[in-house]
Amino acid sequence: MTALLEVRNLVKTYTDKRGRRVSAVDGVNLDLAQGEVLGIVGESGCGKTTLGRTILRLMAPDAGAIRFEGTDIAQLPERRLKPFRREMQMIFQDPFGSLNPRHKVGTIVGEPLAIHGYSDIAKRVADLLETVGLGAAASSRFPHEFSGGQRQRIAIARALALGPKLIVADEPVSALDVSIQSQIINLIADLRRRLQLSMLFISHDLSVVRHVSDRIAVMYLGRVVESGATEAIFAKPRHPYTQALISAIPRPPSGARTASSRIVLKGEIPDPADPPPGCRFHRRCPIATEICACAVPELKMQADRLVACHHALSEAASAQTR
Amino acid sequence: MSEAILQVANLTIALKGLALVEDISFEIAAGETLGLVGESGCGKSVTALAIQRLLPSPPLSIAAGRILFAGRDLARLDAHALRRVRGGEIGMIFQEPMTSLNPVFTIGDQIGEVLAIHRGYDRRQCDARAAELLDLVGIPAAASQLERYPHQLSGGQRQRAMIAMALACEPKLLIADEPTTALDVTVQAQILELIDRLRRDLGLACLLITHDLGVVGEVCARVAVMYAGRIVEQGPVELLFGQPRHRYTRALLDTIPAANIPGRPLPAIPGNVPPPGARPVGCAFAERCNAADARCRAQLPPTTRIDGRDVACWNPVP
Repeated sequence: MTALLEVRNLVKTYTDKRGRRVSAVDGVNLDLAQGEVLGIVGESGCGKTTLGRTILRLMAPDAGAIRFEGTDIAQLPERRLKPFRREMQMIFQDPFGSLNPRHKVGTIVGEPLAIHGYSDIAKRVADLLETVGLGAAASSRFPHEFSGGQRQRIAIARALALGPKLIVADEPVSALDVSIQSQIINLIADLRRRLQLSMLFISHDLSVVRHVSDRIAVMYLGRVVESGATEAIFAKPRHPYTQALISAIPRPPSGARTASSRIVLKGEIPDPADPPPGCRFHRRCPIATEICACAVPELKMQADRLVACHHALSEAASAQTR
Repeated sequence: MSEAILQVANLTIALKGLALVEDISFEIAAGETLGLVGESGCGKSVTALAIQRLLPSPPLSIAAGRILFAGRDLARLDAHALRRVRGGEIGMIFQEPMTSLNPVFTIGDQIGEVLAIHRGYDRRQCDARAAELLDLVGIPAAASQLERYPHQLSGGQRQRAMIAMALACEPKLLIADEPTTALDVTVQAQILELIDRLRRDLGLACLLITHDLGVVGEVCARVAVMYAGRIVEQGPVELLFGQPRHRYTRALLDTIPAANIPGRPLPAIPGNVPPPGARPVGCAFAERCNAADARCRAQLPPTTRIDGRDVACWNPVP
């Protein structure tokens, strides 16, 4: 597989309310192959949303490269970005906030087509609405006439309008009810197969990510701490943060529940403007030692995946936290 | 089971004559956590508000039923007596601690206020007890945290402070409405552990309202599943989750990503929840149910006891 997207040492900083520099994304490397879904997982403040938006150049990065089909778009001026814009689309979390309430669905879905100068817009819109399971008749109605799940279908239709190669979906099912969530997850999985889409699927919900992603990258405070094939990571998480995240997924008891296999971490995510030295996770880590407080662990290939942890290789350590 | 602290019987909540919650009944004993689960709009949050008589009335009102708490019917209590119950004998925590704490008062002041009103404590007593409470809910260096404002605390700590406030007057019942929904997963695990520890140590009866079946599985002994304003199945968590009998409970459990083989299509429930006012005459779930027949659409299924739990379904899962 050839890489559709290569992100190298991407850095995005911003200034917080108190005038401090915050590195939301701090040297991230990613590869996304054609037709692949990469799940980006992490808790609030880990930089996953900033990463997605920076890759789409909705924000300009401070440093690093974003190579899309070989062209570095990281520093391209806006007017030269337009041809890339049609190749890259975004689906947002909130289907209520991301659709203009004054426009009919047909206008919303057709807008990208109009901007890029298509002529047979009505026909294309009808096809798109069929594709996402809404039916062409939806075109003449307003967003408020639809439920949350249906609105997310409208947003997906709009994202697909220009036939993009890359979709960044930021928490696309987090605002939906459980019974609707699975409909949208299925739709995304189905579209991805049918249309050969490549996707960055950003979510805090590991069980959702597991369902749609080929590979996952786990982020903590602006950095990737572990990445690899989804099933390999779920079967045997190597970074202690990934282990805690996976163990913290609340599960309904199905018959016998293994008593308290959950790892409850101390404390909360540190202030991103004042990250801890060394490994950013060390103050909450159950297996941290002295080296973790002073040396930043590099993201290295360990066995079948990339891990940034001084102790990830020791089997004893991972058994201890289990 | 020990005696019920809270007994809700045939409660109906209406919005100007339109029923939002219809004829629901449940009980909670001391030291027990009951999970009330359902999707948005099922009526779980208005039920929590009704128990404390916090419904914005009008337009919302309790149209029928009783809410028996410690020997009194809260549905008929006068305003004066209600003030002693709210924040005193019943504590409540909400989803978003940032909006339920007052941003211009310190944490110490806000916990102290509860104690000054309900217990008549003076400043010194308030501070001492507030520090004790913060310590109880696991905020480190509790005494030094009293002077902090809500915005200076993290999301998890704000929720801990809310819990401290709810516990200030040693309530018998704690109502928690989506207490961890706004929190990150690692912090959620901490708060769920805290609620469970308090239930055990203080013998609290706890009503936990959530949309997340996983959360119910972690901390509840019993669960009531709501759909379109009614409780459709209620009983011990292992029974309901292990072998659900209502078709909706079954379908809900089936759709959870964590319960499915990754990569395979998830079982989905077609359609949407009918809104109040558009609920059908028969079973509200009938139009989305794969086992529905003519009777389901025509007649409301009665609640019957099957296999250790209460179920309202004409064609329960075998």
